[in-house]
Amino acid sequence: MSGTIVFVDHDGDAFNPNSLGALAKASTLGGDVAAFVAGSGLDDGWAAGLGAYGAGRVLVADDPAFEGGLPQPIVDALEPHAREADQIVFGAGVVSADVAAGLAARLRAGIHCETTELTVGDGGLTAVRPALGDTVMVESGFSQGPAIALARANAFPADPIGEGSAEVERISATVQDWSRAAKMVGREEAESGGVDIAEADVLVAFGRGIGGPENIPVVEQLAKALGGTVAATRAVVDAGWCSYNLQVGQTGKTVSPKLYVAAGVSGAIQHKVGMVNSGVIVAINKDANAPIFEFADLGVVGDALTVVPKLAEAIAARRG
Amino acid sequence: MNIAVCVKEVPSATAARRLDPSTHRLDRSGDSELNPFDVHGLEEAIRIRESGQQVDEIVAVCMGPETAHRPLQKALALGADRAVLLSDPLLAGSDISGTAYALSAVLEAQNADLVILGQQAADADCYVMAAAVADHLRRPLVTQVASLEVADGKVRAKRQTEHGYDVIEAPLPTVISVSDAINEPRLPSIKAIMGAKKKPTDRVTAADSGIDASRVGEDGARSVVRSVSPPPQKQDGVRLEDSGGDSVEQIVQFLAEKGVV
Repeated sequence: MSGTIVFVDHDGDAFNPNSLGALAKASTLGGDVAAFVAGSGLDDGWAAGLGAYGAGRVLVADDPAFEGGLPQPIVDALEPHAREADQIVFGAGVVSADVAAGLAARLRAGIHCETTELTVGDGGLTAVRPALGDTVMVESGFSQGPAIALARANAFPADPIGEGSAEVERISATVQDWSRAAKMVGREEAESGGVDIAEADVLVAFGRGIGGPENIPVVEQLAKALGGTVAATRAVVDAGWCSYNLQVGQTGKTVSPKLYVAAGVSGAIQHKVGMVNSGVIVAINKDANAPIFEFADLGVVGDALTVVPKLAEAIAARRG
Repeated sequence: MNIAVCVKEVPSATAARRLDPSTHRLDRSGDSELNPFDVHGLEEAIRIRESGQQVDEIVAVCMGPETAHRPLQKALALGADRAVLLSDPLLAGSDISGTAYALSAVLEAQNADLVILGQQAADADCYVMAAAVADHLRRPLVTQVASLEVADGKVRAKRQTEHGYDVIEAPLPTVISVSDAINEPRLPSIKAIMGAKKKPTDRVTAADSGIDASRVGEDGARSVVRSVSPPPQKQDGVRLEDSGGDSVEQIVQFLAEKGVV
């Protein structure tokens, strides 16, 4: 096919919102738009629902090889269809990025990462991304197709654009032995219950800059004084300081509280995309070059462990 | 077991980063350093060796300009036994696909059982090189690894996704990328820095590695930068320098003015 294929990642029945956003965006490019889903035991009606996000057709690869969502078998299934497309668009996501990259290698295709805008003109697909710590916008085209675009997290809203139901086409796939050599052997689900940081009006986030998990109570104190709750960066969650459900960013929650205080958080892109739409952003960090100062409304260059407890005291005193 | 760790030269965190307005390529004239994300890959390779696994060789593999020998020296000081620098004017201006292809050609020659990459390069902020390399090498892949065990001819890796943590096993030879939270890299000792000078660095060209010149460099690139422009203007934030907590009054005042306390 000519036109656009959008890879739609899903976890069980839940579509990845970043994939839905990419699909909705792709539907504005003109031409045919086909969504591509891979999994095991997929329901046609569920797949057809992608019509509401702009898919005219949904290519469904349904095989036990796709159980668990590992990327390499998906590349095998997607490759023959992608070869015929003008462009293949991916929302942000761990599996999506792996599939996009594997596909680019397979097709010898140009791949554009961190995409925040897409248009199609006479010269084919044009993609835009912020680069170098978001200090510059880079616009790229493709010398030859197919073109692959991987979106930045939350770049395109996952809003339904209609009520259409897409035509479902089941496709067969040949999965290579080496593609199925990696196996999913277990999963640690995010803990449920507790606070939902996405609902909080005030968040006080901490990163590695607070030194160690023993200092989390200091941050909690400030959160309490402000009437909010604590959140965390991926680095400290991966390091086991706190549970995954407190994580803000690309693979964590997307939040937009009225006030976001970042203590000892460097402000890496993966974190930024999950909180940049917060009302007021206050950053406290020792490193004057930390990227978070580029987008904080108030940047305090100083030791978070010194500033945070004093700030907690001052706020608590003010509230009486 | 042999381990190859891919490393990249990137502009220093403190250097002014810019794109050359005429070539649209990264201006590499300022200070550079070893990509900090790759340091975690080197550290993990050393830890595998220290865990008692028989690791015959750790090789640091880099594609870049001649100046990349400096960050490669650091990789050797951190514990790599040998370095390979793929450097060739033909490769300048390669896009992601061209880079993955060329890097894979060099990796193919290393006979590594485990190829480790950092999760991203600090200058490009893409997370895609490991998956592209794995596809070229036709090997299993695990990205964003937050903890790793290597035993019995396989890796067992935990990675974070949007849903929590996956545990994935893959037989060697395999390709992984590591999260920057997987370990706290140690600093090299003076002795290791001196010792690094005696370790070998192999310099290879595109032709040495059997790289098809039509697939690399600016002419081989399928993704082409057309223009570079300033980002949308955002109002500059207020900046305070704190000393011993003396900024607290001003922070409270700022929050009060914004109506958030």
